[in-house]
Amino acid sequence: MTAVVPAAPPAAAGPEPDPPSARRTRRLTPYWLLLPAGLWLAVFFAAPLVYQASTSVQSGSLEEGFRVTWEFSHYTDALAAYGPHFLRSFAYAAIATALCLLIGYPLAYMTAFRAGRWRNLVLVAVIAPFFTSFLIRTLAWKTILSDGGPVVGALDALHVLDVTGALGLTGDTRLLATPLAVVCGLTYNFLPFMILPLYSSLERIDPTLHEAARDLYATPAATFRKVTFPLSLPGVVAGTLLTFIPASGDYINAQLLGSPAEQMIGNAIQKQFLNVLDYPAAAAMSFLLMALILIVVSVYLRKAGTEELV
Amino acid sequence: MDLYEGMPESVARAWERGLTSGRAATSRRRLLRAAALAAAGGTLAACGIPPASGSRGDGSARDPDHSRREKVLDFANWPLYIDVDDRNKKKRPTLDSFERESGIRVRYVEDINDNNEFYGKIKPQLAAGQDTGRDLICLSDWMAGRVIRQGWAQRLEPARMPHAVANLEDRFRTAAHDPGRQYSYPWAGTACIVAYNKKATGGKKVASVRQLLEDESLKGRISMLTEMTDTVGLTLLDMGVDPERFTDRDFDAALARIQRAVDRKQLRRFTGNDYMDELNSGDIAACLAWAGDVVQLRLDNPDIAFTVPDRGYLFGTDDLLVPAKARHRRNAEALIDHYYRPAVAAELAAWVNYICPVTGAQAEMAKTDKALAADPLVFPDASMIAKGKNFRPMSAGEQARYEEKFSQLIGA
Repeated sequence: MTAVVPAAPPAAAGPEPDPPSARRTRRLTPYWLLLPAGLWLAVFFAAPLVYQASTSVQSGSLEEGFRVTWEFSHYTDALAAYGPHFLRSFAYAAIATALCLLIGYPLAYMTAFRAGRWRNLVLVAVIAPFFTSFLIRTLAWKTILSDGGPVVGALDALHVLDVTGALGLTGDTRLLATPLAVVCGLTYNFLPFMILPLYSSLERIDPTLHEAARDLYATPAATFRKVTFPLSLPGVVAGTLLTFIPASGDYINAQLLGSPAEQMIGNAIQKQFLNVLDYPAAAAMSFLLMALILIVVSVYLRKAGTEELV
Repeated sequence: MDLYEGMPESVARAWERGLTSGRAATSRRRLLRAAALAAAGGTLAACGIPPASGSRGDGSARDPDHSRREKVLDFANWPLYIDVDDRNKKKRPTLDSFERESGIRVRYVEDINDNNEFYGKIKPQLAAGQDTGRDLICLSDWMAGRVIRQGWAQRLEPARMPHAVANLEDRFRTAAHDPGRQYSYPWAGTACIVAYNKKATGGKKVASVRQLLEDESLKGRISMLTEMTDTVGLTLLDMGVDPERFTDRDFDAALARIQRAVDRKQLRRFTGNDYMDELNSGDIAACLAWAGDVVQLRLDNPDIAFTVPDRGYLFGTDDLLVPAKARHRRNAEALIDHYYRPAVAAELAAWVNYICPVTGAQAEMAKTDKALAADPLVFPDASMIAKGKNFRPMSAGEQARYEEKFSQLIGA
């Protein structure tokens, strides 16, 4: 739903008038360039979306078939039955996004300005986890965080688990099957999506701007506040969107690292599709999720300012 | 198709107005807007999902069979559900002997990991009346029942399977989901029981579902299965209700009981086959488990123990089916027959350790492995058989209702 059609380069107006046929070719060029992406979107985005929209207002059963009856109650039913799942998904996704920003920003900053010849190595390290499957990486977390494992032992000895337990994030000296594990899993899995856009917008900042700030007696903190951070905002906005949107629809982390109390809306939709086989309800839930994400994101963009999002 | 069919009233009226009112009455823009709305409505209405049932293969109108010319067979099964050679894991002795004797090449694929998931995978082709690319599939009894009910399984010819007909244990012959075994033959029987890790429980024995759900010392370290029939079935048994004839009230009571354990955080997770790792490591101290898995786990980890609850265990079968439009039904029948020879069945059972449905296999097994031949989890004795209960067949509506409630439970 955040698919963005790449903007076509505007046909440059040449200084000399071209012959009419060449001008027509040039005028049509952007449309030809748009065609592959447009077709791709139509087949893999628009058509399934229409199909889903239709499914969400059907009624019936698998064995008798589903017919369009304009049954809008699926939407209200889904909200009533799975309201907590929606809230939980957005809460986990928001926390994970904030954590990603906190962890990712310093790393992207250091990579862009201080890494020197290590820069490419750091970037490869950020991308490296993608060489393994998402599922395998999350399963690995199960081993790392297992009850008898070193992480739980160390955190328990340092009494960290007592603190998180008091906050309701963990329970009974374990990490697996707690909200903390799910949020950490989300943070881990989506961190690269935060770092890369941050890095690309930080890296584009002209270093002479920093020199100018220094010449004008700005402290390093003031330079960051007044120059670096505002210029990196497009990266922040892009990174938070790329993290928040997939994280709120994710179901693998809740499935593998959570208990029944941590299931997210993605899990509920998956169960509706595969176990209950109630396709209309599942489609309605997917649409609701999409609509809610759109609302959250547009409120956020209104606040953050879209004109900087490039 | 009627123009107004499937349109909401307002759209239909706008459409009509656009057509009938004079040009002055409606602007071009309004007309266009109504047309666009109607087109959108029409598109949405045009996409229904057809009923999920095909023509029943009743013997007279059989799907064409290409077995005589094509000596191949595509066999889809669950992981770790067939014997492999100890030295060369790529070799499957019983399958190899079938290939040698019949000259049929078997393409064996382990791509079934979950009944619902696999059903979702093959359903579109079955519904469209196409070949799924698989000649033989293995599904749990309730799912096999659904496929048979929808007319998506080919009827098997008993005449081509003399061993299977002769050697199928009597108690498997009258399956509720496939009376008379016209469409399916069991690959293995499954027993859902209680398993625990002695190290994790501190040596304590876990003997019942009640203890799983209520024992404080196990808090946060027990799991149940995402398979509704197993989890609810065992809970019903524990409440003294026969899963072969329970009512809606019983079902709700069982769910409420599990819900209480979920709310108290007694339950850690609902799992598929993946409970094995966590039971092995001790993250899960006790859980509902499938007997064959437990027998295998015990070989490597002596801390793993199991109990067959006094009130009974849930018994089921994983059945072999030939999906509609599969090209090689006769080859599939030949394979089923092969696995119903006692010696072959014993070889398979010795490796997979699930309940063997073949008469005579126990005697064959006794020649090579006396201990396993006496294991009630593989060859149940009379008292074990008496304790096994099947989950009663459900109508489509019932199943959808139960699955809905159950999925709310495991994901709330």
